[in-house]
Amino acid sequence: MRAYIFSKRNGKEILRDPINLFFGLGFPLILMFLFSIINTAIPPEANNTMFETKRIAPGIAMFGTVFLALFSGTLLAKDRTSSFLMRLFSSPMRSFDFIMGYTLPMILFAVVQSSITLIAASFIGLPLTINTFLAVFVLVPISILFVGVGLLCGSIMNDKAVGGICGALLTNIAGWFSGTWIPIDLIGGGFRTVSHFLPFFHAAETARLAIEGKYVDILPHLSIVLAYSLIVYGIAIFVFRYKMSSDRA
Amino acid sequence: MIAIQTVGLTKKYGKITAVDNLNISVNKGELFALLGLNGAGKTTTIKMLSCLTRPTGGDAILLGDSIISKPLSIKQKTNISPQETAIAPNLTIRENLELIAGIYGQDKKTAHQNSICMANRFELDNLMTKKVKALSGGLQRRLSIAMALISEPQILFLDEPTLGLDVLARRELWSTIKSLKGKVTIILTTHYMEEVEELSDRIGIMSSGKLLATGTVSELMEQTNTNKFEDAFVILAKGVR
Repeated sequence: MRAYIFSKRNGKEILRDPINLFFGLGFPLILMFLFSIINTAIPPEANNTMFETKRIAPGIAMFGTVFLALFSGTLLAKDRTSSFLMRLFSSPMRSFDFIMGYTLPMILFAVVQSSITLIAASFIGLPLTINTFLAVFVLVPISILFVGVGLLCGSIMNDKAVGGICGALLTNIAGWFSGTWIPIDLIGGGFRTVSHFLPFFHAAETARLAIEGKYVDILPHLSIVLAYSLIVYGIAIFVFRYKMSSDRA
Repeated sequence: MIAIQTVGLTKKYGKITAVDNLNISVNKGELFALLGLNGAGKTTTIKMLSCLTRPTGGDAILLGDSIISKPLSIKQKTNISPQETAIAPNLTIRENLELIAGIYGQDKKTAHQNSICMANRFELDNLMTKKVKALSGGLQRRLSIAMALISEPQILFLDEPTLGLDVLARRELWSTIKSLKGKVTIILTTHYMEEVEELSDRIGIMSSGKLLATGTVSELMEQTNTNKFEDAFVILAKGVR
């Protein structure tokens, strides 16, 4: 019950910040429509499918979830530095209530956000089928990873540093290495190797394969994302609990 | 009846002793002010008593429960208003109050009724639907204390509650704190001497983690043979420097 009450508060804090709404909901849509404009400008004889909606939309839906790291990290860092967390630490709340309270609204936000992105994509050519909703579902693990990064950064940094790491650095890394902005095979070499090592490309692939209905091919990519998510989220919980129980809270 | 009793309460951070063998007792309904220069150990003491940090030695018994063996029981009966206002900025006054009430186990209806009651008591009732980030510093402080009281604590920790407030806002907050005297046991830390004189029943003066003296304002002035409480404080606080 306490986790639910706290998660409601966190959801309100996120949704009532217009900057969050712009980056969380507006920015992925703007990005997708920009890519669709580029796509329509490419003559058919060029035979270039790089910016086709069905290739771009799953990547953008994945990319949109990167902002969860910024939201959760900033919220936690502000709660820490404003002593709001100190007030809550002196209440009967347990670490489970805190972790669920910060995570649940973010996952809900990710589901709504990727649904909106993919439904919007259906207006510019993405087929809207049951597979579209499967894509939303397979993006949940990468959302957990980003929430984990946010909680980790928010536990040890102030909100300005979180903005730098999660807002600038992580969005660029996730954008470039997921193949959302430029196909990875187009660059190749070491860039391709690093992309395949990191989870972002695999997360975008799970959404793309889900939309294409290639269910069997999803699993190898999804297992890599799940492994990253479990490790990062596990570390985040450990660090948060350590900070909560130590004198550094 | 004793509400708070510390026995050899000690906190060490590595080689630094923040609180050294603290022995105080505070009666039920009493307002006990902890005074000291920066780094004296006041906030660390409050953190230990509110179960935010574990002592490295000794213990404290709050309303019959040990801070070491029964922290959850103590957390249910106490509340804190930290140095910073510690409010949820994008929530309204009503939502902030109901949030804390809910966290302390009040059902939705009770939380709602208590939030109205608390807002009336702190003269925040006309601003219930206003986001708290838009409030003045004084109103935010008042809300902070209302949030600490909505759980109906038997012991309240006020850590520098009037820090950064203008004279009028400070006077208003003093009258709010005065209205709690006798009903709630309060531990107050502050740097303002006039605040101590105005509000406290008894005072403990700390320096370098040690409790140097306890008593009422007049007892401490008598002890130091001074006419002003500020002079008494300076003499006592300088004692071990």
